Amino acid sequence: MNKALERLYNGLIKENPTLVLTLGMCPTLAVTTSAMNGAGMGLSTTVVLVLSNAFISLLRKIIPNKVRIPAFIVIIASFVTVVQLLLQGYVPSVYDSLGIYIPLIVVNCIILGRAESYAYSNPVIPSLFDGLGMGLGFTAALTVIGACRELLGAGQIFGVQLLGPDNIFYQVNGLKPLAMMLAGYVNISIFVMAPGAFFVLASIIALMNRIKRNAAKKGKIKEETAKRAAGCQSDCTHCGDTGCGHRFYDPNDSDKKKDKEGQEDA
Amino acid sequence: MRELLIIAVVSALVNNVVLSQFLGLCPFLGVSKKVKTAAGMGAAVIFVITLASAVAALIDRYVLAPNGLTYLETIVFILVIAALVQFVEMVLKKFMPALYQALGVYLPLITTNCAVLGVALTNVQKSYSVLTSVVNGFATAAGFTIAIVILAGIREKMEYNDVPESFKGMPITMIAAGLMAIAFCGFSGLL
Repeated sequence: MNKALERLYNGLIKENPTLVLTLGMCPTLAVTTSAMNGAGMGLSTTVVLVLSNAFISLLRKIIPNKVRIPAFIVIIASFVTVVQLLLQGYVPSVYDSLGIYIPLIVVNCIILGRAESYAYSNPVIPSLFDGLGMGLGFTAALTVIGACRELLGAGQIFGVQLLGPDNIFYQVNGLKPLAMMLAGYVNISIFVMAPGAFFVLASIIALMNRIKRNAAKKGKIKEETAKRAAGCQSDCTHCGDTGCGHRFYDPNDSDKKKDKEGQEDA
Repeated sequence: MRELLIIAVVSALVNNVVLSQFLGLCPFLGVSKKVKTAAGMGAAVIFVITLASAVAALIDRYVLAPNGLTYLETIVFILVIAALVQFVEMVLKKFMPALYQALGVYLPLITTNCAVLGVALTNVQKSYSVLTSVVNGFATAAGFTIAIVILAGIREKMEYNDVPESFKGMPITMIAAGLMAIAFCGFSGLL
């Protein structure tokens, strides 16, 4: 049971896929126009992640090492199709608002990443909870981003009007002054449009950077050691950390970088 | 012809694949440090997306749809794209080593680019014909190239700027992309 809780904590906070590892950026930016959409996308991804992790873990002794990636992709794509058909059948409103991003869960690197790095080498129950933790971490991050954008752009959270002329506080006894104060809010509609997604996510990542930097200053984490522990080998071409500021794709340059670092080490 | 042109302009500029649809963000943010590498990535994406949308459209029209298997689209397309990228890589290596050298590491990276699958699925959803699909694929990829080259240009200039400590790296790149997205919103008045 402890193991399960540890996996949940790991996914939700320590290795939050969106905010700490910055994986799966496309759905994060695309569907977070409202908190509801963010939560819907997050939960669909969670379902796929839990099922695919459990299934891959079950089959880990059967799948040959050489064809594991195609096998993972087929398994993930099957579950995505199942989720897609279920959403279409039972919650058509969510299906319509998420649109093409539901089939695109297949290429969400969080799912393939967890299959490769956890489920393929661990027993079923921990893998299941790993998927659940990662999925819920993703859902939480998407809901927060969606809520920020919805609040700034439309004055609502989960469709409840909090800001602007006819906000909900008018209906609460004794909160009339507050309601009148909030009534003056003018929606910044750019936040529900495409550019707003970039601005909100940039601010949130900058905030995370600040928190990390302060922690590093207090000596809680040494950034370089943390990076090495996370597996940074200065090989950016094959690195999953898309949030890394030093990311580099040019093969020649990354070799040069490696050489340089090698010399420094020496 | 007119219709094709309209579809091309809409896909390339108005509904730009990265800046308004948010597909293919990983390479967009990851490979945009230098104009040269960005252009290389753009070329590889144009090549693969055009080819993939043609193949996906053909498969959907002549294999999946007649047999009532359209619910298998996602699975079939992702496998086709992965296989196609591998195949293209092998063919280029054998017959066009110069082009292979130029595209280099970008080719395998493209399999995980959600823009490829996204375009294939959009083509099917909007029930485009095979020709329209190819045009749409090419235009979308061209839009990707335009966006990534511009962003790389901005990032090259930004190297010399004094960026707040917390915003260094990914956040400031995203702010730049956001400003570009605002500029691209202007294209919506085009049609």
